[in-house]
Amino acid sequence: MIELSHVTKSFPQGRSAVTALDDLSLTIGDREMFGIVGESGSGKSTLLRLINHLEAPTSGTVRVGGEDLGALSPRELRVRRRGIGMVFQQFNLLGNATVHDNVARPLRLQRRREPDTVQQMLEFVKMAGHSRKHPSQLSGGEQQRVAIARALVTRPKILLCDEPTSALDSGTTDEVMAILRDVRDRFGTTIVLVSHELEVIKASCDRAAVLSGGRLAALTEVTPPPPRERFDSYAARAREFLA
Amino acid sequence: MSALLARLAEYRGEILISILETGIMMANSLLAALLVGLPIGTLLYLARPGGPYPRPALHRALNLYVNVVRSVPFLLFVVALIPVTRALVGTSFGTTAASVPLAFVAAALYARFSEQTLLDVPEQTVELARSLGAGPLQLIGLFLYPEARSGLVLSLTTVTISMVSYSTIMGVVGGGGVGDFAIRYGYQTYEYDLMYTMILLMIVAVMLIQGAGTLTARLIDKRAR
Repeated sequence: MIELSHVTKSFPQGRSAVTALDDLSLTIGDREMFGIVGESGSGKSTLLRLINHLEAPTSGTVRVGGEDLGALSPRELRVRRRGIGMVFQQFNLLGNATVHDNVARPLRLQRRREPDTVQQMLEFVKMAGHSRKHPSQLSGGEQQRVAIARALVTRPKILLCDEPTSALDSGTTDEVMAILRDVRDRFGTTIVLVSHELEVIKASCDRAAVLSGGRLAALTEVTPPPPRERFDSYAARAREFLA
Repeated sequence: MSALLARLAEYRGEILISILETGIMMANSLLAALLVGLPIGTLLYLARPGGPYPRPALHRALNLYVNVVRSVPFLLFVVALIPVTRALVGTSFGTTAASVPLAFVAAALYARFSEQTLLDVPEQTVELARSLGAGPLQLIGLFLYPEARSGLVLSLTTVTISMVSYSTIMGVVGGGGVGDFAIRYGYQTYEYDLMYTMILLMIVAVMLIQGAGTLTARLIDKRAR
């Protein structure tokens, strides 16, 4: 369970301060797939960074699993952060490490060596055949799948996704989103998904928060769209969409 | 030509010793670059304002060291450092003593180069390390150095080549070396062919060092194809 209560976050800018989040209260339940939408500058990414303990709120409290993050030391925060997976817009893979080593890196940070878990996660994202390649040899969608495997390898209870499909084309977006839904169903992971792409949120999330100017503009249940035809290729999809 | 060969044969003992002396000075200064320069460069990167671990006072102090060492003309620096050299190695004369100012310069040069190389690592890499809960040493060892490795090799190559050049003037404090040999046996005794031979030797050495560095950097860079 993630609970934000009256959270305000402002950043100093010159002599004044910019308020990124303004008195925001929000509860995200376990195993929920929760969307956060908003224009750029609406505070979406800041919200994610607060949940991931990368920023501390200026006022208000952030509780993850019942624990008040404001009460933890920097070291404790660092350890808690290891229990939260993160997926980035630009994948953030290490270019000089193989696919296998990228996925194994979070385990190495915890001095764990579990080649089987790494292999399992690569199979889960259907990248097991690429484990000796380097990221530059992969497509964007493949890189993001590796990044998802990396985020899951420590079996986090929470997975935070910051615009995970914004750098991908639409067919690849569907693939990545299907994997994220699988993650929730198979591992019971709570997923918080930040995106400006409304279709992505609509296709996958249970609930969504709409942010505007750092405030919670709306909190809504998401009605899934009618099942859509699956297209085998980009060309088939483009033809259908445009005709 | 045969006269030159004869002279080279005559001086081969001195030439071998001078190459050995240059080797010792190079080895010492590269050791300093790696053991002192790289940590300083890494601290400059980490402690900079807006960096992962901002420590303004530490950053200013290290920055001052690097700037001071790099701004004093080298010959003056060697002379000015004599008291320090004497305190460190007990003498201010000879190959070991000559290694001291070279080591200071190599460390300062590599500190600056490695800092600049680390600044080229994408911000996302640091963000990733932080989101995974990496501590400072893990950030350095598991994220920054692996991603910056080809740049670190190339800049070490540049430092090495600069040291070849710097070491040639160490004759002023009895450091010996190839450059000293070229001056004393070549220039000062009007045996210019001997001097040009030594210059040629250094050109070849620099080309080999640069070639090896470039090749290594290319082989370990997997970031883009």
